[in-house]
Amino acid sequence: MQIQARQFARQYDLFGCIQCGKCTGGCPMTLKTQLNIRRLIYQTLVARGSFDLLGFEVLWDCTTCSTCTMRCPKDINPMEVIIGMRSALVEGGRVPPTVKTALESVFRQGNPLSFARSDRAAWVGDLPVRRIADLGEEADFLYYVGCTPSYDPRIHPTTRALVDVFDRAGLKFGILGEEEQCCGSEVRRLGESGLFEMLSEDNLALFEELGIHRLVTVSPHCFNVFRNDYPRNGWQLEVQHYTQVVAELIESGRLTFSGELPRRVTYHDPCYLGKHNGIFDPPRAILRHIPGLELVEMERSRERSLCCEGGGGRMWLEGTNREEKLASRRVQEALETGAEILATACPFCVLTLEEAAKLAGLEERIQVREIMQLVAEVL
Amino acid sequence: MDTRDNRPAALIIGGGIAGIQAALDIANAGFPVYLVEREPSIGGRMAQLDKTFPTLDCSSCILTPRMVEAGRHPKIELLTYSEVVSVELIEGETGYHVRVRRKARYVDVERCVGCGLCAEACRMHGRVDSTFDAGVGKRSAIYVPFPQAVPLKYTVDPLACLFLTRGVCGKTFLCKDACSARAIDFEQQDEFLDLEVGAIIVATGFAPFDPREMPEFGYGQYPEVMTGLEFERLVSASGPTAGKIIRNGKEPRQVVFIQCVGSRDAKHGHAYCSRVCCMYTAKQAHLVCEKLPEAQVTIFYMDIRAFGKGFEEFYDRVRREGVLYRRGNPSEIIRRGEKLIVRAEDTLLGEPVEVEADLVVLAVGMQPRADAGQVADLLGLERSDDGFFREAHPKLRPVESGVAGIYLAGCCQGPKDIPDTVAQAKAAAAAAMIRLAGAR
Repeated sequence: MQIQARQFARQYDLFGCIQCGKCTGGCPMTLKTQLNIRRLIYQTLVARGSFDLLGFEVLWDCTTCSTCTMRCPKDINPMEVIIGMRSALVEGGRVPPTVKTALESVFRQGNPLSFARSDRAAWVGDLPVRRIADLGEEADFLYYVGCTPSYDPRIHPTTRALVDVFDRAGLKFGILGEEEQCCGSEVRRLGESGLFEMLSEDNLALFEELGIHRLVTVSPHCFNVFRNDYPRNGWQLEVQHYTQVVAELIESGRLTFSGELPRRVTYHDPCYLGKHNGIFDPPRAILRHIPGLELVEMERSRERSLCCEGGGGRMWLEGTNREEKLASRRVQEALETGAEILATACPFCVLTLEEAAKLAGLEERIQVREIMQLVAEVL
Repeated sequence: MDTRDNRPAALIIGGGIAGIQAALDIANAGFPVYLVEREPSIGGRMAQLDKTFPTLDCSSCILTPRMVEAGRHPKIELLTYSEVVSVELIEGETGYHVRVRRKARYVDVERCVGCGLCAEACRMHGRVDSTFDAGVGKRSAIYVPFPQAVPLKYTVDPLACLFLTRGVCGKTFLCKDACSARAIDFEQQDEFLDLEVGAIIVATGFAPFDPREMPEFGYGQYPEVMTGLEFERLVSASGPTAGKIIRNGKEPRQVVFIQCVGSRDAKHGHAYCSRVCCMYTAKQAHLVCEKLPEAQVTIFYMDIRAFGKGFEEFYDRVRREGVLYRRGNPSEIIRRGEKLIVRAEDTLLGEPVEVEADLVVLAVGMQPRADAGQVADLLGLERSDDGFFREAHPKLRPVESGVAGIYLAGCCQGPKDIPDTVAQAKAAAAAAMIRLAGAR
């Protein structure tokens, strides 16, 4: 559990830190836990020799929302510092049991949810979806579904609606089917860098073999890892999040809506779409084009959006404060806008926000919906 | 202008305190000076400030006499509301041919007496954002930027005037009807003026950082969040509230200042310290204490840089007036009910804190003006990594540009306060005069 303090500090540019506290001041976790990244950086800097991270359970609180990294005036990446520290804990075998299960499941079954590899394409059912291997050169892009959208029935409406929309617009696409496996986004963020390297190499080899150059994802987490972490392994992929594709289809007139949805809707920016990748407008463009829909903004939106606590492996981690949930705050913020629907564009956000609404008994007052569920209603 | 003795002239681009100082020094030495200013009046940023640190002199009280002196000087020709459009080296490299565009004011300056009846009559009266008041106050479409303007001549704002934007302004021109001097002339056109000069001083100044680049502070979203420059106008006796600190119709009880907004920030391309914000914030906090003795004043800072003459002493005084300095660089501002909440880590406590505020002042830093690249191209200047104009040598040739006969003064070369600006302007004037004297 030791890190070599000086080497670690050099690797993460910690000598550039001026201890201004901007990272910690905006960290959503400080609303509920003792995580203090500014102090962790200082402790590393002043440590003589090695710095023992044993007992630093707060390292598992970070959701990797990237607020700290976005705002650091010295261009240091505190979020990566936490991931680096988690790596030391993972290497030392000090991993919370739920994380261990998730990581083992990724290793064995290609997904962190402990489902069978062979069931990965069960969501397809009777949909006319083709395997990209059968399409060959014909395919414009790979529809990379991802683990949660493949296995979690609460996300299946979105997974399936996208097939419908792509078909209506005449797009030629294929899926990997049972050959698809985890992108490694959460694996990397949990600090299991060895497993991540393995996954990314396997995936890239598969993409190369199948001649895939362009892919579209359901989850902003998959989108981010392909876009920002994979290129480091020497492969350039054109990666899009589905909201970019669908917004473009609507704006170019290739996708039209026949129904209407006369509801007041607010939109929650997923961290991995917004803060990490600056994609704020395409999801809003989709919502604005839905006939009858009134889009209202929460007090905190876009770059200022509050994290739902689903990132950084937190879908498999309770963290040091189980009682308070940021997702509950977020649902309250959504209620304050007078919205009847809280829309978002990330499977993790859907799950955390839905659970928060349920726990607070607010399901009658506000529904949590993935954007594609709303699109499906007006097709 | 008096050019009888046929001495070579200097051109000064920019009529802020740097340009005014250099113009006066060169003119007092007997050389003719053309002082070109883009705005309708000289005065620049210093005219916008309320009091100056650390002495608390009234900024316009010390500036106005200099402006008037420059305006009346027989050796200075003021070319206000004008822009340099081309600069070419004279054959033999003795100086430059310069073409200046005198923008149409739509007012005959020979006739205008500066009475202001036109502005009173204007249909847009009180409806146009005043640039001088940093958007805090309003004016008419025909205006002088501020009462002490030099020259005290009215100008029609072509972007706000109903006639100039839409081709029609009611049945009759209210401004023309009101003007007993018959000075208003909508037929007026831009004019071009060709000059020959032996030396050029660039004194084009800076732009304040736009905090909309940092959405976490909610500037533009929350009316209670304002910039330091806007606060100067709010607190100024000549400003739109006659110096009353009022926001949303009431006096704030909790005021928070945030230092280093857009300075020392590599993320926003401004790695440098802007050098004035620590002290202007201390001064503004002092003014809050003076005007609102009941108010709680908190300043969030990273480090305090009080390096100038009398600065540390002023910082000592302001703290003892009850201003609370908290170490930490705030990360965001959110609204909770009636109040704004400044979220930060107090790094001395090592704890995240939330501080309530009715008014938040962002100590925005200085950045190069948006057209610095164009000005550089026009004159052949180089820019340093920070975007400001590069001096020929950082230590030994601090006021020369890399181009013979072109000198730098004031914040166009890098952030500085008024004393440093004046010192650099005098040095640039001296350097220019060495060349002008040799050219005879």
